[in-house]
Amino acid sequence: MADVVVEQGRLGSSARPRKGAGLRNVLGRKSTVAFFLTLPLILLIALLVLYPALYSIHLATLNKSMQKFVGLGNFTFLFKRDTFWMVVKQSCIFALTAVFFKALIGFIVAHFVNNVPAKKQRKWRGMLLVPWVIPPAMSTLAWLWLFDPSYSAFNYTLSFFGIGPVNWLGDTFWARFSVILVNVWYGAPFFLIMYLAALKSVPDQLYEAASIDGANWWQKMWYVTLPMMRNIIAITTLFSLIVTFANFDIVRILTSGGPLDKTHLFATWAFKVGIEGSDIPLGASVSLFMVPILAIAAIFILRDVSKRGNEA
Amino acid sequence: MSTLTIDKAGPTRKVKYGSMSRDRAWALRWSYFFLVLFAIFFLTPPLYMLITSLKSSAEISAATNPWWVFHPTLSNYIELLSSNQFLRFFWNSAIVSTVVVIITMLISVPAAFALARMKFWGSATLATGVFLTYLVPDSLLFIPLFKMLALVQDYTGITLLNRWYVLLFVYPTLTVPFCTWIMIGYFASIPKELDEAAIIDGASWLQTLLRIFIPVALPGLIAATIFAFTVSWAQFLYPLVFTTSVDQLVLPVGITTTLIKGDVFNWGQIMTGALLGAAPPLIIYAFLMDYYIAGLTAGATKG
Repeated sequence: MADVVVEQGRLGSSARPRKGAGLRNVLGRKSTVAFFLTLPLILLIALLVLYPALYSIHLATLNKSMQKFVGLGNFTFLFKRDTFWMVVKQSCIFALTAVFFKALIGFIVAHFVNNVPAKKQRKWRGMLLVPWVIPPAMSTLAWLWLFDPSYSAFNYTLSFFGIGPVNWLGDTFWARFSVILVNVWYGAPFFLIMYLAALKSVPDQLYEAASIDGANWWQKMWYVTLPMMRNIIAITTLFSLIVTFANFDIVRILTSGGPLDKTHLFATWAFKVGIEGSDIPLGASVSLFMVPILAIAAIFILRDVSKRGNEA
Repeated sequence: MSTLTIDKAGPTRKVKYGSMSRDRAWALRWSYFFLVLFAIFFLTPPLYMLITSLKSSAEISAATNPWWVFHPTLSNYIELLSSNQFLRFFWNSAIVSTVVVIITMLISVPAAFALARMKFWGSATLATGVFLTYLVPDSLLFIPLFKMLALVQDYTGITLLNRWYVLLFVYPTLTVPFCTWIMIGYFASIPKELDEAAIIDGASWLQTLLRIFIPVALPGLIAATIFAFTVSWAQFLYPLVFTTSVDQLVLPVGITTTLIKGDVFNWGQIMTGALLGAAPPLIIYAFLMDYYIAGLTAGATKG
């Protein structure tokens, strides 16, 4: 009994001087600690992401020498240019086609990898993920060399099948095809990994139950696999849509937008106009056109992510 | 009558089992067949890099079979690795990536700790904000950032454009949001009892972070580090916009701008440079594949 009293007294005496030191108390408080721990993050986001994003809206309303306010002048100028509408069309074709094929190839290959005995899956997965690991600027150089007009390894191989030399990067159709092909090559492994993880998370009991009920392969796919993977498919696709839409490296290195601007995307055209053409306001206006599509995709991703959070 | 039905059921069952396992075997064979096809598709460019890097310029321009090396030579490697310019690119890339990884960890780990464990006013909004920042692509920000850096130079006299260290300021915008996001996921999965016990024992918040959270969430930390390193190593747009002098370039920009001289493509050297540039991420990936994949899948699936 006496021990307890002594301890209480000690506790009280140690708490009293802390009450006196107001500053130390504030510093020790949970919210203050949290504020200081997150301060660098907040500063980084505010100064180097949020501010530039708003600043680019301001830039977009200036004239080329950035001394006069022209309101929506840059946008009305863009709307009158055919190249701009071509870039809009190309960006949409590029992003939608590439994401579709990335998702499709990722889905198919994930199933093949999942079929293989568990021990060998690691090896296959490791091999198939290599395109995602190589920096895209480096691997695009390899593709550029594969597509080379005079010493092209592809044309050399195709000549054995009697298919004439294809002007991979010089012809409008083939240039667009090549750019999409390289993007699919680079991005498909990401889908593969995500879908493989999703496939493994489907409980075996569901398939067993479906087999007992007499479901065939298609029915299992349609009623078990796809509903269980729906969330990951949605998030991965939307995420990839953002990244693909904003792609720069591949088009820049492979075609630089050519032939005749026929492969330009928003990012590469903004670079050409804004940095190479040193018309910063016009470049800013071009890149701002990515925002609506990004915002829509981001809203959907956020909805799915928070939904997943609630389920878990 | 009854024996007859049992007899009948026996063989049909057996046959069914047999056909099922045969189906399995065929499915496996087809899986392997298509996996080999896709592996060829996925591995052709890196292998072609390797093949070309072993060829001399004479062999490349001789238009022989491009898929085979007739006279393997290491001259491209020797030439590049003894060129000061190329080593400079490599050094710039290495120092930028290393410092960016350190900055990223110093910013994102404490922030993730606070966001995962200390509920404070606006913490949920900030976590969502971090995720949204992660979705903002580099191609949206490079023009305003370029102008901002130019303005900083005008007002303060500090030269940032065309210096390699400018990348130390802009790369964290790409790495910090994602690393914070996956660290929040890893920290949140640590049982509350663990840090409550530490706090009761009299540990401060800092001690809880250093002694409990970081050791327990080490796999997540490694995954985040790998991510930050590979992103800064591969970044192409920012260095292309912000640096122009040859001695300030990092590897991806250095190879694409200096090795391609006008219309003359020295493909042997370009491919060697590309392969050497791809080597650090590939080596990390070869040794730490599981962490790499954990980081990849955690980013988009952890809620």
